[in-house]
Amino acid sequence: MNSWLGLVKSASGLPSWPYPVRYDTLRVIESDVLVLGGGIAGSHAAINAARMGAKVVVTDKGPTVRSGSGGAGVDHWQLACTNPCSRLSPDEVAHAVHESLSGYDCGALRYIHCTESWDTLLDCENMGVQIRDLNDEFVGADFRDSKTKLMFAYDYVNRHTIRVHGHNMKRRLYKEMKRLGVKIHDRVMMTRLLTEHGKPGNRVLGAMGVNTRTGEFYVFKAKATVMAMARVERLWSFVSELSGAASNFMDPNNCGDGLAMGWHAGAEFAMTEQSQPGGGPYQYIPYGVGNSDNSWHGTPIVDARGKEVPWVNRDNLEISDVQNRFRPADDQLFTLCNGITSRGRKTYMDKGGTPSGFPAHYKYAWNVLVPDLPERIKKGEFTLPLYSDLTSLPYQERRAIFGLMVGNEGKTRIPVYETYTKAGFDPEKDMLQVPLMPLQGYTNMNMWAGVPPPYLRAFGGGGLLVDWRLATNLPGLYAAGSSVFGGGAHASAASSGRYVGRQAAAHAVNVQTINVESSQVDNERKRVFGRLRRNGGYIGWKELNIGIARVMQDYCGALRNEESLKIGGEILEQIKESELQQAFVNNPHELAHILECESLITVGHMVMEASLARKASSTHMGYSRSDYPDIDPPEWDKLVAVQRLNETTRARRIPLNYHLQEPYASTYEENYKRYAVKHKVS
Amino acid sequence: MKSEIEHKAYMVPNPVTPNEAIQFDEERCTACNICVHVCRTDVLMPSPEKGKPPILLYPDECWYCGVCVEDCPEPGSIAMIHPMHQTVVVNWKRKDTGKTYRLGMKNPPEPNDTPPAR
Repeated sequence: MNSWLGLVKSASGLPSWPYPVRYDTLRVIESDVLVLGGGIAGSHAAINAARMGAKVVVTDKGPTVRSGSGGAGVDHWQLACTNPCSRLSPDEVAHAVHESLSGYDCGALRYIHCTESWDTLLDCENMGVQIRDLNDEFVGADFRDSKTKLMFAYDYVNRHTIRVHGHNMKRRLYKEMKRLGVKIHDRVMMTRLLTEHGKPGNRVLGAMGVNTRTGEFYVFKAKATVMAMARVERLWSFVSELSGAASNFMDPNNCGDGLAMGWHAGAEFAMTEQSQPGGGPYQYIPYGVGNSDNSWHGTPIVDARGKEVPWVNRDNLEISDVQNRFRPADDQLFTLCNGITSRGRKTYMDKGGTPSGFPAHYKYAWNVLVPDLPERIKKGEFTLPLYSDLTSLPYQERRAIFGLMVGNEGKTRIPVYETYTKAGFDPEKDMLQVPLMPLQGYTNMNMWAGVPPPYLRAFGGGGLLVDWRLATNLPGLYAAGSSVFGGGAHASAASSGRYVGRQAAAHAVNVQTINVESSQVDNERKRVFGRLRRNGGYIGWKELNIGIARVMQDYCGALRNEESLKIGGEILEQIKESELQQAFVNNPHELAHILECESLITVGHMVMEASLARKASSTHMGYSRSDYPDIDPPEWDKLVAVQRLNETTRARRIPLNYHLQEPYASTYEENYKRYAVKHKVS
Repeated sequence: MKSEIEHKAYMVPNPVTPNEAIQFDEERCTACNICVHVCRTDVLMPSPEKGKPPILLYPDECWYCGVCVEDCPEPGSIAMIHPMHQTVVVNWKRKDTGKTYRLGMKNPPEPNDTPPAR
């Protein structure tokens, strides 16, 4: 090896790996319920399965005490429809969200979210998370209820979303898991599901994985398995050079490992063809430049001369009073806000729409900055740069946005609140500048996103297809959080985890034996450790990841056709036989990254297969097909479900409201009553 | 002049970017390695030298979540440093004076010691 690394290695000048390396060790662990992924969904699933009396094991690629996209904190809790101040029912909100997303959402999971969200938040309060204004800092505020001391965000009239002091959420969940005797295996990257007779499409018997510090191999046998691993970042976009692993917004551990495991095991997925423009290393510090979105919603934006950019309601009528930014229009039932899902807004922008904010649907649209702001800047009505002017808000609004929400949201407490205040930023006196960027960047209130390069995309809402029990097509495999199609965001992940933990525990009671095929374990160990070659190849994990991303950018972009998707799929297959075989690995950490690249290849393949199956251009899926130029033809107003069995992809079309059709009941309430497992208080 | 310059050079690869996502104050750090434990991407490795702060092995894998700073039992031991291409455009204007400030500027204004809402 004529590399610098080879030179230093031969001179024995490299420090040794700090952890014991045990590639030969096999550990076998049995449980009633195995939870894959200890993020928000997985933690609630584990806690609730344990409360039902099940023996529970949790695995996580990172440290469960802080892992997952919600691991760094949370500032608002969505759709707590049954909280004592809510004016809305779970049923009407579930219908509203489904309508707002044009039906491209998991209706069962959404109703479970709406109906269990508040109870799940009370669980968190019992674990020691602060969900009320206990210190009376906000007495008299428009968004605070004096009796319960709850504080609301976004829609102060209907009060479905609660502001929380959630910076320590994950620590409290971790403590509760420990208290309940849940066994936690951190730093274990899961690689494959175990299935009956080792065949795809069969009952799931647990899963296998490898420790990212020691290289030990794990076999987890379980009566019921909950998939609570995240979706995929880094599929179209991976550039660590500029912003490290923050080049993508979500947790960098999200490499689609769970999606790939499900695909190899023959699980059925929906919406995996959905993607949207976005991502990329040139975005600004999240929530860390002038903006008026999400945690900062409602913050006045002024221009360089102090002139304020107007806010408008869903009819583009100007809102004069600041307080009305947080209220629905006079003739509007209620508003939904962003954060319910991460998709929607950008898909809408992709088809040339301009209104900023989410959702784009008129009926429940929230209040936004004027949608034609870019044109107004161009004409000279506003002078750049713009600023977020917290100083002109009433004190309690300002304190709620910066002190409470930015002070508690994931990736903002230290990165923004502490860093900026230490550097002298004072929201009482200072206006934070909005970046100077191409005008397109001002269509979105979320101005820290900048303007992503057009060839970069972000995976949409694809995930496992589930029934009303949140069970997949594979017996013994359940799903929660963003592993379910349409799932994601903190409260949705938490509520579905809580629900599915009970389901999995109830399932486990009826399972007697777990007979794992030893050849499945042997084959997987061969695959995983086949990457360890003493005189290894020439390509490291980063170059592999970037190469895979390039295939996705070029062959699976905003414009696709049958040829591009087939060639792209073939290239991904070829990479497995060529470049991947030339990968080098220096330690278990790099081994995990190489295995992640294999997950990316599998997920890329799944995305292309689903895109081939949908023979239509779709604004909802975020791309066009040049061979099927008609946009949104009604016969394709359906979910496309894909599944891999015997080296063949099966695809079928499913009605968008399949959750309210046979064999299910026709109403949300009836299905919940029929399928939910009753909660057991320990 | 002579005494101020280190007359030694090394054959090393170019620095990994971002360069120093996390900085330690050796005087304050007790080498408890809690930051090593809570980092989701294993950016930090325990130091081979007992009692020393962790080694920043993979700055290019930092997610900039700040959890290592928040969970550190010895406040002030760790600082999280955003990539320069992002800090260089974080600026703010003091409304009454019109004066502008920037994250990372040489003479920053007085720190604002208001804690987050409790």
